[in-house]
Amino acid sequence: MTVESTAPQQPARVAFYNDPKIRSMGYQAALCLIVALLIYGAVNNAIDNLQRAHIASGFGFWDQTAGFDISQTLISYSASVSTYGRAFWVGLLNTLLVAGLGIIFATIIGFTVGICRLSTNWLLSRAATGYVELIRNIPLLLQLLFWYNAVLKALPDIRDSHKFLGGYLNNRGLFLPKPIEQPGFGWVELALLIGIIGSVVFYVWARKRQMATGQQAPVTWVTLGLVIGLPLIVSALAGFPLQFEFPVLGRFNLNGGLGVQPEFAALLLGISLYTAAFIAEVVRAGILAVSRGQTEAAYSLGMRPRPTLRLIIVPQAMRVIIPPLTSQYLNLTKNSSLAVAIGYPDLVQVFTGTVLNQTGQAVEVVAITMAVYLSISLLTSLAMNVYNSRIALVER
Amino acid sequence: MTMSDGELAIAEARFLQIAPIPPQPPPMAMTGAIGWVRTNLLSTPFNIALTIFVGLLLLWIIPDALRFLIFDAAWTGHDREACIYTAEHPDVGACWPFVWDRLSYFVYGSYPIPERWRVNIFFVMLAIGITWMLWLNAPRRDLGAAYFFIVLPICSFILLHGGLGLLYTVDTSLWGGVLVTIVVSSVGIVVSLPLGIVLALGRRSHMPTVKTLSVIFIEFVRGVPLITVLFMASVMLPLFVPDAYSPDKLVRALVGIALFASAYMAEVVRAGLAAIPKGQFEGAMAVGLGYRTMMQLIVLPQALKITIPNIVNTYIGLFKDTTLVFIVGLFDLVKTIEVARIDPQWAAPTTSSTGYAFAAMFYFVFCYGMSRYARATEARLSKAEKR
Repeated sequence: MTVESTAPQQPARVAFYNDPKIRSMGYQAALCLIVALLIYGAVNNAIDNLQRAHIASGFGFWDQTAGFDISQTLISYSASVSTYGRAFWVGLLNTLLVAGLGIIFATIIGFTVGICRLSTNWLLSRAATGYVELIRNIPLLLQLLFWYNAVLKALPDIRDSHKFLGGYLNNRGLFLPKPIEQPGFGWVELALLIGIIGSVVFYVWARKRQMATGQQAPVTWVTLGLVIGLPLIVSALAGFPLQFEFPVLGRFNLNGGLGVQPEFAALLLGISLYTAAFIAEVVRAGILAVSRGQTEAAYSLGMRPRPTLRLIIVPQAMRVIIPPLTSQYLNLTKNSSLAVAIGYPDLVQVFTGTVLNQTGQAVEVVAITMAVYLSISLLTSLAMNVYNSRIALVER
Repeated sequence: MTMSDGELAIAEARFLQIAPIPPQPPPMAMTGAIGWVRTNLLSTPFNIALTIFVGLLLLWIIPDALRFLIFDAAWTGHDREACIYTAEHPDVGACWPFVWDRLSYFVYGSYPIPERWRVNIFFVMLAIGITWMLWLNAPRRDLGAAYFFIVLPICSFILLHGGLGLLYTVDTSLWGGVLVTIVVSSVGIVVSLPLGIVLALGRRSHMPTVKTLSVIFIEFVRGVPLITVLFMASVMLPLFVPDAYSPDKLVRALVGIALFASAYMAEVVRAGLAAIPKGQFEGAMAVGLGYRTMMQLIVLPQALKITIPNIVNTYIGLFKDTTLVFIVGLFDLVKTIEVARIDPQWAAPTTSSTGYAFAAMFYFVFCYGMSRYARATEARLSKAEKR
């Protein structure tokens, strides 16, 4: 009986250029070399071209006086003394303002429409579908131009303004009564703060108690009472320390009041409605992702439709909804840069538009702008990753 | 034993029914149109309220929209006279003569009129290419891919731009309207699909340098708005190349759009690659295929097939995003409308709205058509999966 030798076979000798390790090193070296050459060539050309155009590179322009006006500023800014750096902050704040408000409105409209699309009411679900299809299939830029040029700019001029409740609506924008704090308003603000903190504390307590004993507490009513009721009572006690400054119709202009510019209104309206259509789809997909068995199981345990929705479906749907929802929020923030088309002074319009044209510092300006958007995106996706790992289902 | 008469009568009476009673028709209120309305519109008080609310909303919007677009619209005319308010025409709707009059501008921009046949041939060639690619049962789809990704770009360049001593050169600054919209989005798709596949494979590669560079590129481009990419392409690209080769405006925008679309396409393709079971890779390796043959013959065909709906959705996004090139000074459809609507010859109250309505219809028809296609393909593929 012969025993076959089972001695380990020597690995077949391959030529060194066929060795996968060496090959991969070679590929990577070649790639690095190509990228380095491209960057080197680009930088060289850029230096050449900049010298020829007599543009000094660097960030020295940041502290120079800007000398141009911005129509909407959240921080003090004046053309004659403020710097390009200040203009950057003005633009960034305007971007954040419109994006923040846009996210709030888009979420409200989007969730409403998304839920309506799943309604058993035929008319409602068809209307919601129509909205989503119409809005999603028309470019945002066109919608912005439509709202701005065809709707808001076509409103009557100042003399024939639409009037309502002390406000005016005309082709220069929307003018609302401006709330002005009177002495004593601090108490109302304090009450609001206490109300918010109190309701958070109550929520945590109620949650703990429910976990321990199963008893539910009326969280919604207590929260409403603390956040709305308490400040109302305090302001009544303080004699309503809030007055309104009404806009006054002058000969050529409206004075006073709180003005909302048509550019801002058009941008906000456009990006909110546009993103809402996408959010509606996200919400619909999220709710449909919760299997029918969950609802049936809840019903068979004797839960009624509303607690089923609140305690069983929504928490599970949110797990599916939140990641794509965040990416829609990022899209909205990025899309707010279309402001440049209708002249709302956001970061891109002010900085990549006017500042770039005035200084010619293309590389620096574009790099800063991109860095801003990139850091917003990266921070958000970082937060998203943390959230995802926290809510990820623990599977056996 | 005989039954008495009385017993017989009782037995007969007990024998009540041999055949089942035919079902009664359901009550009128539950079937047909009335039943449908009751279950779908009026099932609960809350639903009744919703129906009334939505109905009123639609009654508020739809008649006005129809009046604007059709009933009150001006359909014929040669200048603004047709579209302005007059005593016998107090409400003026859309100003369609404006669109008819400027239609050739909206389609071709300032492309020289005697040369426009070239654009028409391009449109036809593109339509053939797209049909060939999207029709899943088309014959010789490999030839179709070669046509779409190699023959078509070369022919289109020669046709549209001219040169080579064959055709009279038409400068890209004269291109405009739908032509630019289609050129930009087609270049976007033709470049982004191969480049996106390369980037997606790069991102899944085991080589650290390749992976890092792919991730940096993809995340960078996806993290910034398209408009800044276009700005970068239009103001920085000329800096990065020697002065003599400074690209023209259209090429700059094309570079920007193509890079932008590639990053998004890479993520779409990556999702497709991730959906391929590991067994496919292992099976391919077990029969001795190398990386390239494995990808080419086993993985990519499957991955791309299941990605088709998402590729089409990306293309819809790209098609809408091409409108942004107007911000860097190209004459796409939206820009031509912006130019035409402020022309004094057509200065009328509804000119702008009409122009936008026309553009909206154009985009809607294309995007909606594509999304229907994507959905149909998805349904078809999922049917194949469910077998």
